[in-house]
Amino acid sequence: MIEIQHLTKRYGNKLAVSDASFTIQKGEILGFLGRNGAGKSTTMNIITGYISASGGTVKLDGYDILEDPREVKKRIGYLPEQPPLYVDMTVNEYLKFVCAIKDVKKSRIRGHLDDITDLVGLGEVRKRLIRNLSKGYRQRVGMAQALVGNPEVVILDEPTVGLDPKQILEVRRMIRQLGEDHTIVLSSHILPEVADVCDRLVIIHQGKIVAEDTLENLTHSEEDSRRIRMRIAGGNDEIRAALERVPGVKRVDGLGSREKDTFDYILHADGTADIRRGVFAAMAGKGFPVLIQRPMDLDLEDVFLQLTRESGEEA
Amino acid sequence: MRAIWKREMQNYYLTSIGYVFMGIFLLVGGVMFYLGNVLSMTPSVATLLGNLNYIFMLTVPILTMRLLSEEKRTKTDQLLITSPRSVWDIVLGKFLAALTVVVLTTLVTLVYVAMLSRYTDRLYPGAIACNYLGFLLLCMCYVAIGVLMSALTESQVSAAVLTLGVNVLLEILESVFSSQTFTLPDFLSFLRPVLSWFSLYSRYNQFAAGRLSFANILYYVSFSGLMLFLAVRVMDRRRWSEG
Repeated sequence: MIEIQHLTKRYGNKLAVSDASFTIQKGEILGFLGRNGAGKSTTMNIITGYISASGGTVKLDGYDILEDPREVKKRIGYLPEQPPLYVDMTVNEYLKFVCAIKDVKKSRIRGHLDDITDLVGLGEVRKRLIRNLSKGYRQRVGMAQALVGNPEVVILDEPTVGLDPKQILEVRRMIRQLGEDHTIVLSSHILPEVADVCDRLVIIHQGKIVAEDTLENLTHSEEDSRRIRMRIAGGNDEIRAALERVPGVKRVDGLGSREKDTFDYILHADGTADIRRGVFAAMAGKGFPVLIQRPMDLDLEDVFLQLTRESGEEA
Repeated sequence: MRAIWKREMQNYYLTSIGYVFMGIFLLVGGVMFYLGNVLSMTPSVATLLGNLNYIFMLTVPILTMRLLSEEKRTKTDQLLITSPRSVWDIVLGKFLAALTVVVLTTLVTLVYVAMLSRYTDRLYPGAIACNYLGFLLLCMCYVAIGVLMSALTESQVSAAVLTLGVNVLLEILESVFSSQTFTLPDFLSFLRPVLSWFSLYSRYNQFAAGRLSFANILYYVSFSGLMLFLAVRVMDRRRWSEG
C-alpha cells in the first residue's frame, strides 16, 4: 500500500532519517517504534507530505508524494504529535472546516461528522470551544480530524502521549476498531502499547530502520531460551532438586521467598522445549502446589533494547 | 480556498480583531474627515482617501500579522499542508479574507462621500469610483506585503512590525526621491526614475487625479501577485529546509 524507499532527511550535519525503507501493507496496524528523537515524527511528516525528504521516495498505491501530492494526501489522515487544533473554534466548527478542506461533499458532512464523533466519543462536547476542552478530549478531536474524509490510511503520531490510563485504554480500543477497515500506522515509544494493538512492528533507531517484522517473530528470534516464572509452595531445596530433574529444564534461578512458605524461581528451558506440563506434573507428584506459572518469553523490552544498542550507541 | 477564506472571516468577526481593526480605522478616519474635510471646508474625496490611506498603511498589519505566523507557531499548518489543498490555496484564501475586511471597511467610508455631496456639486461619480479603485488597489498591496511578512516569521508581533516597517519605508523612499531638494550623487541618479516607477504611491496619485490607466492597475495586481508568490515560496522552502 505505502512503499517507503531509501528515505533520508538531513538537518545540518545530522541525519534525522537515514536510508529508511519499509512497507505498509493494506489493512494492517503497523507499529512504528523508537526512542524519543529516533526519527519517528520526521518520517511520518515526510509520508504525509508535511515536510520533504532530502532523498528517497514515498509511494502510496503508486502515487508519489512529491509528484502527486494531492492524490496521496487525499488518502491519508494524519494526527501529528501535537493535534493541529484551532482553539478558538467549537468542535463542530472545526470539524466542518476540516471537511471543507478535505473535499467532503456538503450533503454528506452532517452524517459523516455524526459517525466520526460517535466513534471517538465526542458527542457531548461538539458545541464547546476547543480551548476549553481537556487534553483527552483535544486528542479525540485530533483523531476525529484525521478520520474526516474516510481516508484509507490513518497515521497517528504518539496518540496516547499525556493521557491518563483510562483514556489510553480508550484510544487503544478506538485504534483496534479503526483497524477493522483502515490501514493504520501508529508511532510510539511505549512498548506495551504497540505490542497490544499492532500486527507488525517497524523499529527505528537513530534514523535507521533496525527491524521490521511481526511481534511473534521479533520476540522469538531473539529468544535463546524460553523462560518461565514460577511460585511454588514447599521447601526450597526439595523443590529446586525436583525442578532440575524435569526433562528440558536447563537452569533454575531462585528468586527467594516472596510469600510465606513459598519460593519463586525462573526456569530456563532448553532450546524451545515446552516444559510447562512436565514441571506441573513433577510438582504435583511431589505434592508441591504450583501457585504461579507464567511464561516470560514475550519480552519486547529486551528485543528493543538489544536492537537499539547493537547499532552503535554513542555517548 | 473558499474554506480557508471562510475560516479566516469567521476568525476576524468571532474574535475581536475584525472589530478592533474596523473600530480604529473608523475612529481615526472620522477624526481625519472632520479635520481634513469639514473644518478645512474641502469637499474633496481625494483629500479624504489620501488621509485614510495612511490609516490603512498603519492598521493593515493588525489584520495580516496572524495569518500564516500563527499557523506555524501552533503547528496547525500541519493540518492545512497535509490536506489536499495546495499552498497557493492556503495563501490566497488568507489574503482574500484580509482583503475582504479591508473592502468592507472601505465601503463604510462612502458615508463621508454622501455627506460631502450635500455641500458641493463638484463630485463626479466617475472620478470618485476611479479614486476608490486606486485606493483599494493600494490597500491590496499592503495586505499582500502583510501576508508575505506573516509567512516569514512565527511571531505575530514580528510580522506586524515588519509589515509596518516595509510600508513606512516604501512611503519614505517615495517622498524622499520625489522631493526636489533631495539630490542624489550623480552615479546614483539613475535610481530616481527607477524608484518612482516602482513606487506604490506615485501611481495612486494618478488614480486620485482621476486618471484610470490599465498599466497602473496591472502594476498593483502584479505587485500583490509577486508578494503572494514569495509567500508561497517561503512556506514551501520551510518544508524543504535542512537547517
